[in-house]
Amino acid sequence: MNANDPQITLYVNGTARSVPADSTVAQLVESLDLGQRRIAIELNGEVIPRSEHASRPLNDHDRIEIIRAIGGG
Amino acid sequence: MTQQQPLSIAGRSYQSRLLIGTGKYRDMAQAGEAIRASGAEIVTVAIRRTNIGQNADEENLLDVVPPSEFTILPNTAGCYTADDAVRVCRLARELLDGHDLVKLEVLGDPKTLYPDIPATLEAAERLVADGFKVMVYTSDDPIIARRLEEMGCVAVMPLASPIGSGLGIQNRYNLLTILENASVPIIVDAGVGTASDAAVAMELGADGVLLNTAVAAAQDPVLMASAMRKGIEAGREAYLAGRMPMRRYASASSPLEGTFWQGRQ
Repeated sequence: MNANDPQITLYVNGTARSVPADSTVAQLVESLDLGQRRIAIELNGEVIPRSEHASRPLNDHDRIEIIRAIGGG
Repeated sequence: MTQQQPLSIAGRSYQSRLLIGTGKYRDMAQAGEAIRASGAEIVTVAIRRTNIGQNADEENLLDVVPPSEFTILPNTAGCYTADDAVRVCRLARELLDGHDLVKLEVLGDPKTLYPDIPATLEAAERLVADGFKVMVYTSDDPIIARRLEEMGCVAVMPLASPIGSGLGIQNRYNLLTILENASVPIIVDAGVGTASDAAVAMELGADGVLLNTAVAAAQDPVLMASAMRKGIEAGREAYLAGRMPMRRYASASSPLEGTFWQGRQ
């Protein structure tokens, strides 16, 4: 990516992260190497179905949670 | 001989009456081995943030307990409000491709991990309305258990004693009352410490037992998983067989008739 490209700031699992301004949810997932993982995504408190990842655009200051199943009782 | 019926939850039948957690194991391999040794078909998992930018080839729990082989029961462990519990369940449903069986727990405080009953009732109502099949962790209060059943929960899961305590069944009379009143499965959830605790729960008439720490924190988790499986099977069979009445004094098993020495009357 070019340093001059417009960037937006997201809060991904609580941590600020810059991505190109025209990114989608699917592109964010790919850029985090999570494309092959079994995950689910919440965007500003709303669950985003997997079928909509490719079409859902991201906006400045969006809050994204990327979750998975782990061991627990 | 009394017929062994499968455990039926939300329209699905299970041969095993042991439900097992996936937390606190040494590693994924041990978790997988213990879960298989337990014979459990329903396996509960927690929902948490994904690690980002680390352990790219980290093993995935759902590879060790694949949804194709097990019924995955996502839980809301760690939630202290109804909002958080509902949020976790919605994400879990998306994670598991629409699978809508969940284990609801809304906790009251970190010391006891006792359920917050008002928040549990609120979350249960919202989840049932949203189409979830709710298996609900609750106290051993028979009135609350009945309320949760009336609200449409598919299983009610009273604690035996605090989560992770291993103290066993502390109020068997409450559990009996809950069992007598119930027309959904009652799963004893939390507090089981060893195989005899699980057997007692089943002898009381519980439909199943959910446990985690008792296996994961045993010296040999795989062997304890096998012991739990047998404890639950033994307890179930004893319940179906119908135990003998207790009496205060002895009753000789051998006849008195035919003794050829001078016996005592």
